Amino acid sequence: MSKPRTIIEKVWDAHLVSERAGAPALLFIDLHLVHEVTSPQAFAGLRERGLRLRRPDLTFATVDHSTPTTPRTLPIVDQIAATQVAQLEANARDFGIPYFGFQNHNQGIVHVIGPEQGLTQPGMTVVCGDSHTATHGAFGALAFGIGTSEVEMVLATQCLPQRPSKTFEVRVDGRLRPGVAAKDIILAMIAKIGIAGGTGCVFEYRGSAIGALSMDERMTVCNMSIEAGARAGMIAPDQTTYDYIAGRNFAPKGAVWDAAVARWSQLPTDDGAVYDKSVTIDASSLEPMITFGTNPGMGIPITGAVPDPSTMPAGVERESLAKALRYMDLEAGKPLAGHRIDVVFIGSCTNSRISDLRAAASVLKGRKVSPKVRVMVVPGSQNIKRQAEAEGLDQIFKDAGAEWREAGCSMCIAMNGDQLEPGQYSVSTSNRNFEGRQGKGGRTFLASPLTAAASAVTGVVTDVRALPGKV
Amino acid sequence: MEKFTAFESTAVLLPIDNIDTDQIIPARFLKTITKDGLGDQLFYDWRYDASGAPKADFVLNKAESKQAQILVAGDNFGCGSSREHAPWALTQYGFRAVVGTSFADIFKGNSLKNGLLPIVVPADVHAWLFENPGAVLRVDLAAQTLVLPDGRKVEFPVDAFAKHCMLEGVDELGYVLQQADAISAYEASHAAPINTLQG
Ligand code: SF4
Repeated sequence: MSKPRTIIEKVWDAHLVSERAGAPALLFIDLHLVHEVTSPQAFAGLRERGLRLRRPDLTFATVDHSTPTTPRTLPIVDQIAATQVAQLEANARDFGIPYFGFQNHNQGIVHVIGPEQGLTQPGMTVVCGDSHTATHGAFGALAFGIGTSEVEMVLATQCLPQRPSKTFEVRVDGRLRPGVAAKDIILAMIAKIGIAGGTGCVFEYRGSAIGALSMDERMTVCNMSIEAGARAGMIAPDQTTYDYIAGRNFAPKGAVWDAAVARWSQLPTDDGAVYDKSVTIDASSLEPMITFGTNPGMGIPITGAVPDPSTMPAGVERESLAKALRYMDLEAGKPLAGHRIDVVFIGSCTNSRISDLRAAASVLKGRKVSPKVRVMVVPGSQNIKRQAEAEGLDQIFKDAGAEWREAGCSMCIAMNGDQLEPGQYSVSTSNRNFEGRQGKGGRTFLASPLTAAASAVTGVVTDVRALPGKV
Repeated sequence: MEKFTAFESTAVLLPIDNIDTDQIIPARFLKTITKDGLGDQLFYDWRYDASGAPKADFVLNKAESKQAQILVAGDNFGCGSSREHAPWALTQYGFRAVVGTSFADIFKGNSLKNGLLPIVVPADVHAWLFENPGAVLRVDLAAQTLVLPDGRKVEFPVDAFAKHCMLEGVDELGYVLQQADAISAYEASHAAPINTLQG
């Protein structure tokens, strides 16, 4: 018997091109996703060196970050953004890369459309010049974000020099209670281990609560691995995974499908495999989570209170908390529930898939959003948008007084004009609450679609479980 | 990439933990298709007020910071987004090393590829640096030491391969391109799981 291995090690081992003493291992990349923001300088580098793309057939491009979410009949008015989009289009054409452009009916957030198209499959190595590439780990892929130099490297060689990461087991058992979502699992996990808790590691999420999640929910969990410092987070494939992939555009078909499933079923971590680190979370005891500060680890149960720096020992950590509360203009020791908000953002690669929209719609159905609050619902892809419309979700949102927009990253990163004004508060289903992330001077509370929708109704941070007639 | 040689410099002190790449270079500046001009946008929202004027109390705007080639920050510097614009902005401003107690993974990798050296020091040295503004420090990558004014040599870890590339001024792409045969052999023995050209 060979040594029991984790899924992380299995995928790593299967992609080793070379191992030389004194140098990092060379890892083969099965899927390279490209978007407009982190790629232009990489293509420029290729041109300077006179290099071609090694594997256009393993590369896929789309635009999402700087694209407007206004109707597609309108042009991109921001000329700098328009130039960036045009540049990717030209690069895709010149280098022969398949490309879902701004007007393509399959366009969407890169981490939403990879899985949606069946490009993301178990056992693959997936990279993208974007830290939320971890999302694809939900399929049992080793998927991680890279910088632009590495984008150039993969375009030219389809490989990356890498050092192996430590393996980190995140065991989540128990059953989520009503009103508690996948987003709350990951926010609770980050609050527990801290935003650098996973540095140098790849997570494997496992346990009964993970197995019970849908693929949409698993993607929500894996998406935020980077917010705990890990470049990647994986979930072993199972029947839920296969059912999701089957029949999608790029999924294997017929006999190839059967062979693929047979291969994928070998991926789960062997009994007796040892992890470098481990943490356990009891899903049954989780409450809806919300962040109060300026990094995703600053999260509390929605029934909790904002921590008080004065109770902490002096040092940089206490200073950082105090700085966060100053930026957020929050009072230590007070609950966050009931705090006024100006905007609700439902979207991003964390929570913009159809089940997220259904969850938000379940709260907003037959209700009105607070007249004081701007509510933006931004589907993750044009496919999801069409599906939501077929289900009548768009009508629920519009009837409630929310904006129903075109697909893209939107206010998650505020590059496209969708942004908070200075001082505004937002409950957002996205993944980052850094200073100014959603617009200069804007203040973000991260939460699940359920919490976001409940807060939209009341105009203050709200526990969905307390909404009259809900859950 | 230029060869990374030893140098002496004072340091800019930024005693904040978890400085994320959105602070280092806000996302709205990422619409560029070149690397130009990012140094002026470094720490933009901390550095400039709403009218675009430099904030007098921000450390980067102080006269003594102008020549500094070392930045000292708190834990987990460079967390968040994978944007390589962060090390581009830092190096264009003139930084050649960032000193801290830890760094985020992607930022660290991106920095090493751009001639920016992340230096991890023990907590006591870190505290000493914040207590001694204006100290002239020596960064010696070949010896892997940060030399304090009293001559104390603080050793720091660095990936051997990245060190080699920085000292020689070569990038990793050249090294990997040389392994074309190994890559071809891998490709020949591993059927691709997908073909993006055939949806
Ligand atoms: S939705 Fe946000 S986190 Fe996701 S890829 Fe877009 S900008 Fe990045």
